[in-house]
Amino acid sequence: MDKIRIENLYKIFGPKPGNAMKMLAQGLDKKAVQEKTDMTVGVDNASFSIQAGEIFVIMGLSGSGKSTLVRMLNRLIEPTAGKVFVDDQEVTAMNPKELVAFRRRNMSMVFQSFALMPHLNVLENAAFGLELANADKAKQTERAMEALEQVGLAGWENSYPPQLSGGMQQRVGLARGLAVDPDILLMDEAFSALDPLIRTEMQDELLNLQEEHQRTIVFISHDLDEALRIGDRIAIMEGGRIIQVGTPEEILQNPANDYVRAFFRGVDPSNVLSAGDIVRDSYPTIIRTKTGSLRAAHEILSGSERDYGYILNAKRQFQGIVSSDTLNDALDAEAKSLDMAFLPNTRAVDASMSMQDILPIVASNPWPVPVVDESGRYKGVVSKNRFLRTLHRTEKARNGHAQK
Amino acid sequence: MFEESVIPVDVWVSQFVDMLVDNHRDIFQAMKWPIEYLLNGLDMGLNSLHPFIVIAVFALAAWKFSGIRLAVFSVASMVLVGLLGLWEDSMTTLAMVLASVIICTLMGVPLGILAGRSDRFEAGMRPVLDAMQTTPAFVYLVPIVMLFSVGNVAGVLATIIFALPPIVRLTSLGIRQVHPELVEAAQAFGATNWQVLRKVQIPQALPTILAGLNQTIMMALSMVVIAALIGAGGLGSPVVRGLNTLDIGGAVVGGLGIVLMAILLDRLTQSMARK
Repeated sequence: MDKIRIENLYKIFGPKPGNAMKMLAQGLDKKAVQEKTDMTVGVDNASFSIQAGEIFVIMGLSGSGKSTLVRMLNRLIEPTAGKVFVDDQEVTAMNPKELVAFRRRNMSMVFQSFALMPHLNVLENAAFGLELANADKAKQTERAMEALEQVGLAGWENSYPPQLSGGMQQRVGLARGLAVDPDILLMDEAFSALDPLIRTEMQDELLNLQEEHQRTIVFISHDLDEALRIGDRIAIMEGGRIIQVGTPEEILQNPANDYVRAFFRGVDPSNVLSAGDIVRDSYPTIIRTKTGSLRAAHEILSGSERDYGYILNAKRQFQGIVSSDTLNDALDAEAKSLDMAFLPNTRAVDASMSMQDILPIVASNPWPVPVVDESGRYKGVVSKNRFLRTLHRTEKARNGHAQK
Repeated sequence: MFEESVIPVDVWVSQFVDMLVDNHRDIFQAMKWPIEYLLNGLDMGLNSLHPFIVIAVFALAAWKFSGIRLAVFSVASMVLVGLLGLWEDSMTTLAMVLASVIICTLMGVPLGILAGRSDRFEAGMRPVLDAMQTTPAFVYLVPIVMLFSVGNVAGVLATIIFALPPIVRLTSLGIRQVHPELVEAAQAFGATNWQVLRKVQIPQALPTILAGLNQTIMMALSMVVIAALIGAGGLGSPVVRGLNTLDIGGAVVGGLGIVLMAILLDRLTQSMARK
């Protein structure tokens, strides 16, 4: 389900946005408009939708318009043109009163600079959104305490923001965002001001929170590692335009242009791609039935020019691997059950495991490694060949760009 | 070159003030009464209190907001004022300063907030404030006397004109200095304009506003002598009397009283602002 949908969104900063809009319509880009009119194109015709419950990362270099874009979602910045929908409600059509109610109810925001109120203590800061919504005091305290506990700051309620470290301040910022229990959390470079170790810790924290309670998170970042780590999908922006939207794997495997490719230079694909991304259903599968499947298996395998066959049950869950040799042996021994032909010590890997994680298993077994999804269903195999070729191809894509 | 073509502004102003005095004096007399009410209440209140109570209140406030040193200083300076025979005058001056500062705050803080939130209003306000601060008091003393007659109330009015600008300017500055991210954060969480003002801008600007209040108090004190020229009582009157009769001693004693009050009020309000 689309949680947020934006349609042809534009933002021009300057006295006469109409002129700049005309130029954009003629196909000029941000740079050309800037030179001709001295107006800045913040966002240029952005359209995409964000699914409920996903972490959607908007990535780009500074000045690419990502912060402007996220601020148009709650109209901290008024769009020059275009529409924003949340739950099929048109945010861009709301009057000021509706907008205030919408901001209190649906969306909260976490800022790069933390933006905590220095005159309020940690508890009051966490309760700030509820205070604005005129919630009663007892409820404010209760919700704020819960949120502080969620981010691991129980016991710090009476401290003041300047007394806390950066990481802790941002935890307060996060608690403030969570306390109002929003469907949507906007995070504007929320972790960029933190040092790398704390940043990773906060990313994990966010993923944990997301596990407990699926919110729709729009996360702005200029850090690729961060985007890959937490993003379910990523939108890449350049010069106010959305260049590409997709899962990290899709973007890594098929970068839309050199700008996108440049982002991925220096990324190890084996960290990003998972077993599920490179799986191929290229080996014969044999459904195990109650009787007589030993001979049927032999037939299927010998007709397939493959050495290994993958045995599934009726629910297509992985059971074991047979080879032409073990099948022959079992037939010779007049074995009754297909189990007798199973190779020892075969194990399936989870589709979500990274290439890095499955490497030892792929390397140490002569047969291609079976891959299953979270419910144990067979998705295909990863062979040594396939593994190496994937590494090689992404390598080439990156080097090809670097040499230009 | 200009001998033949002088714009008769002086004539116009005189005619305008005469017109106001002749036709609308009752309006100005009516405007007088809230100030008169406030001022007389404060004056009578302060003068009817036993000096010991006033000294104790000042000492306690000094001790609470600053420390034992300021408390000792306030006791010593107020006892000295009493011993110089200036107690009643100093209470009258305190009442006038308080009355002007209360009115300046009531007018100045809202004006400053408007100026802080609107560039237009600030631009319109600035020349008015400049004029209020730089026009010599003697220029507006005469029309004030003509419209409001002589006395303490006229003195307070002249004081307000001179002492209002700092609190307006510093309130505006304080509001403008609030980090835009804080305002943005409040808006993102659904703050109305009024909530942004009350829950973010005013609390954040408070130290600066208090610095403005401190400046307003000091400027109000500096008007004490000028106010005495149009018949206001208080510590200015011995100075003016001394000037008129060449009584150097009397003038110095009055001046000493003003200086002591000024130091005391300055230190006290500064330490309040720091808390």
